[in-house]
Amino acid sequence: MVLTRAIEERGLSLYKQGRVPGSFYDGRGQEATAVGATFALGAADPVCPLIRDLGAHVVKGTPAAAILGHYLGRASGVSHGREGNVHFGDATRGVVGMVSMLPGMMPVAVGMAWAFKLRGERRCALSFFGDGATSVGDWHEAMNLAGLQRVPAIFVLEHNGYAYSTPSARQFVVDPLERAAVYGIAAATVDGNDVEAVFDAVRLARERALDGGGPTLIAAQTMRMHGHGAHDDASYVPAEQLELWAARDPIARQRERLAQLGVDVDAVEAGARAEVDAATQEALAMPAADPASALTGVFCEGEPQLLGSGAAPWSGFAAA
Amino acid sequence: MELTYLEAISDGLRVALREDERVLLLGEDIGAFGGAFKVTAGLAEEFGSNRVIDTPISEEAIIGGAVGAAIVGMRPVCEMQFADFVSCCFDQLVNVAGKLHYRVGLAAPIVVRLPSGGGVAGGPYHSQNPEAWFMHAPGLKVVAPSNAADAKGLLLAAIADPNPVIFLEHKYLYRRIRGEVPEGHYETPLCARTVRGGDDLVVIAYGAMVHAALEAAEAIEEASIRVLDLRALVPLDERAILDCVHDCSKVVIVDEANYTCAAGAQVASLIAQYGYEDLDGPVVRVATPDVPIPFAPSLEAAVLPGVDRIRDACRELLAY
Repeated sequence: MVLTRAIEERGLSLYKQGRVPGSFYDGRGQEATAVGATFALGAADPVCPLIRDLGAHVVKGTPAAAILGHYLGRASGVSHGREGNVHFGDATRGVVGMVSMLPGMMPVAVGMAWAFKLRGERRCALSFFGDGATSVGDWHEAMNLAGLQRVPAIFVLEHNGYAYSTPSARQFVVDPLERAAVYGIAAATVDGNDVEAVFDAVRLARERALDGGGPTLIAAQTMRMHGHGAHDDASYVPAEQLELWAARDPIARQRERLAQLGVDVDAVEAGARAEVDAATQEALAMPAADPASALTGVFCEGEPQLLGSGAAPWSGFAAA
Repeated sequence: MELTYLEAISDGLRVALREDERVLLLGEDIGAFGGAFKVTAGLAEEFGSNRVIDTPISEEAIIGGAVGAAIVGMRPVCEMQFADFVSCCFDQLVNVAGKLHYRVGLAAPIVVRLPSGGGVAGGPYHSQNPEAWFMHAPGLKVVAPSNAADAKGLLLAAIADPNPVIFLEHKYLYRRIRGEVPEGHYETPLCARTVRGGDDLVVIAYGAMVHAALEAAEAIEEASIRVLDLRALVPLDERAILDCVHDCSKVVIVDEANYTCAAGAQVASLIAQYGYEDLDGPVVRVATPDVPIPFAPSLEAAVLPGVDRIRDACRELLAY
């Protein structure tokens, strides 16, 4: 979580300096959801992160320099300049990059999980999605198909209160958590700002999925603490709502918990800062993406590379 | 063996299912029912409901699910009940499948079968030729066989291709065209083929229009008419097109699709830019006017390019 936040803080700062082209989006305040959920996956379980889920990439092991280089549009960034901000995937690590049409990756996650089931593999697929995305047809089609085929999929709803500027109350009447039941999908709600609670909910959902129990929807209650993007001052969010959630900051809460266990949290944070400092230098030294590379790779030629299982250095089940 | 165009496609599916356990079929009513046109008849019995899978009416989930299964190692072949319904999964094809390799380096080897075209009193929603929508979207291959042997060979080539392939099978040809089809596995290359020799004028066509072009050419005894069957629209066989222009100097391009920005428009633009010196007359296009395909046979015949319109266009150009 601290590394995720440190990378995003640095990205935002580089954006404000005019070094990051285009736009910038972060997931401040939602780190516990992405990190806790992805940490509960096995190394061979693919994940489809979304716009607030840099933590999923970090947990799956994409290096900070590759992420910062990506923000900067550099040749050695993880997308080699082909995408920007939080749009990227890391195929070698089992991370399928998001598309902007939401929730476009929900059907894809169902397809991966379906293949695992058909082949009798003990794996699951996880897709994040936002509350706003639950009004789109893809969401309903994916939920229906997942429930029907009882695929080993986990859907993590990041219930962060806003779809860009539109609050949940003006998006739907029936909460997505309640809607899960009509698709035959188990559902659980969890404090999305408590990394251990998120981990535990996803751990249980994964066990259930691997044992043939079908998909689970986990509604992580959280709050988007910044605007939709760096260009958005979020003036439509009441100040008292932000204050309330600031007091529930996931990193501060986990800091307290770890300190009581005797963990040297200052050292962890200092380590993350040092890592991001070094990664920033590395990223800034990368050359810009080569214009000659813009035309290559539209089609796959030769043997296709499958989605990798990756090293997932921080998986809670790395040994599994 | 002599097979109809439809039987050749069925045989291609059977060969693929037999020889490659990664292949699975997804679609609406394709299982025990055998599909709206009976292309998959008997396949569920032979290969089981885990490989020939009836899906809900969820085109986005079919394509998204296929992409997910493909990136973890399956080779899904999806059936749209009618080509017209592919508009429902446009997003998954254009934004997820087509861009995946360029963005993330992940191949999405899926085939999407589209029973397309008019001439069957299908009306505005069961007659369309949507190929140009996908020619305009990077990362998708587009093929359109005109005869039984090519239908099977192009299907097997599409399944073997590591990229998403849009496979247009013309439903007017399903039971009207028969031909000698090799047994077992063979792949037809994604390139054009001269189906009638000649050097006064070339008619360039694909799909059902190849047969209309051949009939028109037969009717013109006073000149020697070549007919080029494009077979693939992406990749477009530019060399074969320009060679025909060089040899014949006069060109008629036929699309069954609506006129504006159709595949033929791309062919015409290619010739205008690179074949100009070889031309002895204007590049002539025959296509369906920009109207929805009407139901009544009298109206449908008034808009689809028939033998007469192609013959008249050839005669007029020959006299230029």
